[in-house]
Amino acid sequence: MSRLNTANETLAKEIIARYPRPKSALIPLLHLAQEQDGYVADDAMLHLAELVGVEPAEVLGTCTFYEMFKREPVGKYILNICTNLSCQLTGGEELLHHAEKTLGIRPGDISDDGLFTIEDVECIAACTEAPCMQVNYRYEYRLSTDDFDQVISDIRAGKRKDLPEHGTLGLVRQHIPADRLAGIESPEEAGTPDWFASRQPAPDESGKA
Amino acid sequence: MSTTESTEAVTGVPFFLNGQALSANDGELLIDACERNGVHIPRFCYHERLTPVGMCRMCLVEVDTGRGAALQPSCMLPVTPEMKVNTETEATKRAQSGILELFLINHPLDCPVCDKGGECPLQDNAYAFGPGETRFVEEKRHYEKPIPISDLVNLDRERCILCDRCTRFSKEVAGDPLIHFIDRGNETQVNTFPDHPFSSYFSGNTVQICPVGALTATPYRFKARPWDLTATESTATVDSTGARIALQSSRDEMVRVLGVDSEAVNWGWLSDKERFSYEAANSDARLTEPLAKAGSSFDSIRWNNAIGQTAKALSIGSDRVGVLGGARLSVEAQYVWSKLLQGSGISNVDANIGDGIAADLVLGLPKTTIAEAVAPGSIIVLMAPDPKEELPTLFLRLRHAAVESGVTIVEITPTATSLTTHASLSIHPAPGSLGAVTEAMANQLFGTSVGGVDGSDLEAVAATIAKGSTDGSNVTVIVGRSNLAESADFVSDAVQSLLRLAPEAKFLPALRRGNLMGALEMGLTPEFGPGGNPSDEPGLDTEAILRAAVNGKIDTLLLLGADPIADFPDRNLVTSAFNEVNTVVAVDTFLTDSSARADLVLPAAGFGEVDGSFLNLEGRLSPLQAKVTAKGQARDDWMIAAEIAESLGMDLGFTTLDEVRSDLSASIPSFGAVDWDALGRSDDGPLLDQGRTWSVDFGSRTEVPAVDGYGLALAVDRKLWDQGTMIHNSATLAELPEQAQLSVSAIDFEKLGVRDGEVVTIESGSIRADVGVVADTGLPRGTARIHFRLPGLDIGELIDCEQSVTTIRVAR
Repeated sequence: MSRLNTANETLAKEIIARYPRPKSALIPLLHLAQEQDGYVADDAMLHLAELVGVEPAEVLGTCTFYEMFKREPVGKYILNICTNLSCQLTGGEELLHHAEKTLGIRPGDISDDGLFTIEDVECIAACTEAPCMQVNYRYEYRLSTDDFDQVISDIRAGKRKDLPEHGTLGLVRQHIPADRLAGIESPEEAGTPDWFASRQPAPDESGKA
Repeated sequence: MSTTESTEAVTGVPFFLNGQALSANDGELLIDACERNGVHIPRFCYHERLTPVGMCRMCLVEVDTGRGAALQPSCMLPVTPEMKVNTETEATKRAQSGILELFLINHPLDCPVCDKGGECPLQDNAYAFGPGETRFVEEKRHYEKPIPISDLVNLDRERCILCDRCTRFSKEVAGDPLIHFIDRGNETQVNTFPDHPFSSYFSGNTVQICPVGALTATPYRFKARPWDLTATESTATVDSTGARIALQSSRDEMVRVLGVDSEAVNWGWLSDKERFSYEAANSDARLTEPLAKAGSSFDSIRWNNAIGQTAKALSIGSDRVGVLGGARLSVEAQYVWSKLLQGSGISNVDANIGDGIAADLVLGLPKTTIAEAVAPGSIIVLMAPDPKEELPTLFLRLRHAAVESGVTIVEITPTATSLTTHASLSIHPAPGSLGAVTEAMANQLFGTSVGGVDGSDLEAVAATIAKGSTDGSNVTVIVGRSNLAESADFVSDAVQSLLRLAPEAKFLPALRRGNLMGALEMGLTPEFGPGGNPSDEPGLDTEAILRAAVNGKIDTLLLLGADPIADFPDRNLVTSAFNEVNTVVAVDTFLTDSSARADLVLPAAGFGEVDGSFLNLEGRLSPLQAKVTAKGQARDDWMIAAEIAESLGMDLGFTTLDEVRSDLSASIPSFGAVDWDALGRSDDGPLLDQGRTWSVDFGSRTEVPAVDGYGLALAVDRKLWDQGTMIHNSATLAELPEQAQLSVSAIDFEKLGVRDGEVVTIESGSIRADVGVVADTGLPRGTARIHFRLPGLDIGELIDCEQSVTTIRVAR
């Protein structure tokens, strides 16, 4: 879709300033792009490449390495339904089929109202609460098909204020004032840290310090 | 076993390879140490010129460092004392076989239709180390069959084994990371960003180092099978770096050029111009028979008539003949031509056709080698055109020096170059002030600003150069003509000042044209005879020849592979000269802008068709070897000269190349010790010691021109992809040159008040031209840059070489 807007470009520069090398800021910047558009657009990657001074191919390489960066538009809510062992034993597959049927979409598709995308995912580390689902990476535990329907209708009715739209990392963004940034000198330029300099030298082979 | 005994027995790092006590160099990787001792360990990702990454695991061997034998990747393991290595154990063999079976799971096995088949490391290793059968019965991974990732390179992702060689090369060596691993796990692939092609000047190297058929080059695709190829070693002649190459042909047609790893010169790398411009040799536009002008077209004539008519045109009176060019020729041909011209008393000879630096700078300054210039701790002063555009393989060495060896690069160029990001200091003197800027440094008079350069920057540059000279580190000045719209005299002035600042400095001349060093050394220059001996009666240089022609003082213009109409900076001067002379004779491989206007055209055998030798910018002699027969009736340049001499009643005594060579060795001392027969076999080629110690006569300083406050001073330089003859006639390269553009600094751009790319009118004197304008952060305020010889604008029309600087006015 688009490059970063002016507000986000300012934010991007603030993020870049937190790192010794601009390139290190790529992952947070990709999140920023995804927050803006709901997915990481090609134009946004070109913009990021300019901002951190790398080739667009390098941004693409970083972006595509991570499953959670979406390169195509997705629904406002991504439903990650687990079908790994614990969930499967407790009805994960059935839950996925139910979700496909009620929303009328296959995993990876966007529902007609643009609200939902289903994903069939591997273990999401909540086996004790199986079967489970994530809605924009927030958990719903021990989900029956009725519970699923309830989640969907709540979202449609706008009752789930706790769920941010896809791409949003948190409801509150952290801002670090420039004077409180730590460790932003590049490793080549940084001197020996105090805690390291004060260490006793390792004994040599003869056992002497 | 006693450690003391074994370390005494051998030097270096003692280790055991398959039970044999051997020694490795300090820090040497196990894979290299084994190779050096005759044990080849199979590998895909490891390449001697790239950082080891241990991606492919093919080089696993059993290593015991005292904690029991374990499989370790030998490309990631420096040899440590008493390391016990076994490359023959059952475990090693099972590992290697297993790795190959895994590689072949998704590899398509379309070897019968794959260009790599027959010379494929994957194929070879599968035969030598593989299991022979696969247990994989499922569907292989499928991708769209080759996708073009640039105009020159195609990528077949099914064949790729993800060894990281191409991506490492483009990031580490070329500095153009335009290809990258995309996606993850089973879906990992190499690719570009959508619609951002892999348009690196060095993209062909990735094809050469690809261990499978994943990357193929468009010019070679489906042209031949490896077992049909025959090869010979030669030298790339497209620029003066003299990169070593292997020239391969099939059915008497050149089909491929590969880089040869020469430690001294190109480290195995080539630019795409060196690699692919052989295509021009096979072009239908090649000259195949002697031609004589008949009205507005040419008639083909017989060779003996052509020779006779040329001899007649040359015997018109020695001071009424001008000879331009000679850099395309081999050293031997240059020598024979030089003898012929000397014998005829013709001294108006210039191989440097007005777009280079003075011949005495090239011949007379103390020279160094590329290896010495880039030695760790050295200082390199770049006072030359952007090496990436003009001497790309040298650029790779310089970039490596700056990035990996901590070499300090100081730039004194009219605009930013491809090395600017790696340079510790960059100053961009305004056109016309190069001499003044360097003089200020030599005099330590910095002031607030000289020639648009801030006094403090100037002081820093001067201190760096002078410090290198006092603390004993190498200072190498790469000297060349970085602005064609500016007099070359400024370069001589600047060299003079730099020598005062750093008397120990050595030089590397950044010569663009292939064998220009050979041409100057062989005496195809007005002021020097063969071997760099100053002439008693110097002739005219190119500009003077052209002016004499305009004034009716030259009757015959002989072009030795030169295209002055396209290459001489001042277009009006050169075209008026062509209009005035009676006879133009061209010895060439193509009808160029200039040879198309000749009265007589003699077809010469070109690159890959002649035996001979090449002198690179260091003064290193390397072989040129014929691989295919010359097109049509085209003949070796030296034979043409010998025949003309005979027709003139002169007997040069040359009937074979060996006779030329022995005469050359006998008459030029620096060639005395050359073992001509070993030339094709020795690794790097001998470095000829010119043994000259004369000091360059710099003459008086060039007047610094007054600056026109309303205009922009013009900087004209070249791009790698321009409309040069070889590129223009290579099918795949011809489309690569970009449209000409006017680049100005952001401040000047804002003043113009135009849109990006908007067409403006530029004006110099009474000449006007239209061109699109863009802002470029690499330009200093007040300077405008236009690349020479690009489509869309002939900037030569705006250059007047009587003016030491060209100033243009820009209007909407």
